[in-house]
Amino acid sequence: MNLALDIFTVSAVSAGALFFLAGTVGLIRFPDALTRLHALTKVDNLGLGLVVLGLLPQANGLLGALKLVSIWLLVQLSGAIVTQLIAGAVRQRGPHG
Amino acid sequence: MTILSLFDIGLVVLILGIGASTIVARKAFAAVIAFVVYGLLLAIAWVRLSAVDVALTEAAIGGGMTGMLMLGAVARLRFAKGNDTPTSLPVRLSAGILCALIAAGLATAILSPPEIIPTLAPTVMENLAQSGLGNPVAGVLFVFRALDTLLEKVVLLLALLGIWSLAPDSAWGGIPGLRVYARPSSTLTFLAQLLPPVGIVVAIYMCWVGAKEPGGAFQGGTILAAMWLLVMIAGLQSVPSISQPWLRLLLVIGPMIFLAIGLAGFVLASAFLAYPSGYAKALIVAIEFALTLSIGVALGMLAAGPPERVQQP
Repeated sequence: MNLALDIFTVSAVSAGALFFLAGTVGLIRFPDALTRLHALTKVDNLGLGLVVLGLLPQANGLLGALKLVSIWLLVQLSGAIVTQLIAGAVRQRGPHG
Repeated sequence: MTILSLFDIGLVVLILGIGASTIVARKAFAAVIAFVVYGLLLAIAWVRLSAVDVALTEAAIGGGMTGMLMLGAVARLRFAKGNDTPTSLPVRLSAGILCALIAAGLATAILSPPEIIPTLAPTVMENLAQSGLGNPVAGVLFVFRALDTLLEKVVLLLALLGIWSLAPDSAWGGIPGLRVYARPSSTLTFLAQLLPPVGIVVAIYMCWVGAKEPGGAFQGGTILAAMWLLVMIAGLQSVPSISQPWLRLLLVIGPMIFLAIGLAGFVLASAFLAYPSGYAKALIVAIEFALTLSIGVALGMLAAGPPERVQQP
């Protein structure tokens, strides 16, 4: 049982790390601000989501698991809204304003 | 070589690289962003050193709060005209030499430690149980070195007075010049309505848990300050003028309660800042809660900047 949970953790966290890598490559390689934001939000959602999912079996009881999930939700919330704000600023003032 | 030491080496290389990039960055904005990243990486380094209290403070104050203050300074510089004269060569040279001297001094202190490193940690752990606290950091801050902690909070107020003193005479007692981005029904308004209840709960939790686990007044106060700033920047609450009595009361209530309990120690426990036995934890938690409020208001006002306009009657 423990081994199965450990395998689950390793694979989910690795998948999350892959999204972080892809998001970082996108952030560096994509041509303009809006597409870069697109790459970043994938990291927030799926990358961190998979890392949190993988860490859930290792969490310190139910309370620890709840804390992990709420961290993911808070990052999602702030990520989505900050992305909206940056995109709004880019649209209003152009990419260099 | 284990995977953890590989991680540590990578972390150190990253920290050094980001540190160097804050120095070589040509634009102030890029340097500040690198500085914020530097603070977050340092926080991870503190976690690796098992100093979670320090890590939380570094992330909140070193990365977040200081970063925000410096971003404000960069924005101000951008709008200030006539400041384009480059610094002269002798000034830059002497600044470089001074920085190099400080770095050399720090390097010698760290690279040649004494044979037996002096530590009070065992003594702290032996006597911690008497205070009823579980977090040795809180024990050192509020029991063994309470005077330092008290003075630290007073220094925060002095810093705020310093910022307020930058106000022109005509704006004294007026409203800080925080830039407000009020746009009805924007996403920022949504965030400022949704996040503060969560943030306030987290801040109280941080403060409460500080007696037992990593956390405490400074970490909680920073979150409070962030929530307050968010509400003010979104235009949901107006920025208060600095002559408001409630504002000034909130600013001093933490240090005042700390000082009052410290003075009561003369009568009840025979020494300044000593706690009567059996009541230590309750008193410390009371002090921490009052300090959290004061720190939150002080940090929020620090970020809001000096008063710029007088309140309209």
